[in-house]
Amino acid sequence: MTDMSYLDGNMLDGPLRELFAVDLSSATGRCESCGRLGPVAGLHVFSHAPGLVARCPACGGVMLRLVRAPDRVWLDLRGTTFLQVPMPLDQPHPRPL
Amino acid sequence: MSPGFQGRPRSAEPALPPGQYLTEDFPVLSAGPTPRVPLDTWEFVVTVEGGAEFRWSWDELMGLPQETPTVDIHCVTRWSKLGTNWQGVSLDTLLEGIDTAARYALVHSYGGYTTNLPLDDLRGGRAWVTHGYDGGPLPAEHGGPARLLVPHLYLWKSAKWVRGIRLLVDDKPGFWETAGYHDYGDPWREQRYQGD
Repeated sequence: MTDMSYLDGNMLDGPLRELFAVDLSSATGRCESCGRLGPVAGLHVFSHAPGLVARCPACGGVMLRLVRAPDRVWLDLRGTTFLQVPMPLDQPHPRPL
Repeated sequence: MSPGFQGRPRSAEPALPPGQYLTEDFPVLSAGPTPRVPLDTWEFVVTVEGGAEFRWSWDELMGLPQETPTVDIHCVTRWSKLGTNWQGVSLDTLLEGIDTAARYALVHSYGGYTTNLPLDDLRGGRAWVTHGYDGGPLPAEHGGPARLLVPHLYLWKSAKWVRGIRLLVDDKPGFWETAGYHDYGDPWREQRYQGD
């Protein structure tokens, strides 16, 4: 008997694009459980479930849960201490005082 | 008696809760890797609100009176399966003699899953800790060695790989309930999501 297979975090791109205006495909996140910093695309996503469950590839901790109802969506990020999203530079780097 | 009243409709199609479709296979849903729990270390623990613990080893569970419920099951992802055959121990048996003023239960599993429900829904011959399915041991992908079975609620309440139940004075939402799913989850009232 084998474990339920999972998808890689790239599959979160579409579902999250529905919720966020920014592109999260190149975002990184830090695991609340073990502190690992890694790309969202590298998470292990269990999708044969009532929602999407994205786990840290290192410790298996749940970093993200996304539940989609026909008219609502819930995002739980308590297992992620931050999402780091690349942004276009919108001002020159401040000079030291 | 009104004319035509004959109790349950005698339709060839069995009645399903609203929004459900009938399936003949047994889909496997899981929020994570399947835990492998050796029987010699398996345990089931009921923790009362004051902290007291009541524990059963695998052999002790097998030594309790066994029941063989045949029940319909309904998954919130819209499939239902009728007439499933299980073997296990009634929660009435496990909770017998446990003194508690708790009104809620938080079920927890090997692998970290949790789900909440009112304690009353575990009583009255409506809930079991099951270890057998269709005449054989319960396969790991369906929750073996043992899973909770509460068939009158959506199947996410029937926690796979069950390890114990905490009896609580105040309700505490579990894994899916903290992510938008309903705290009670009655399929006949279609309580899928918070606010339904």
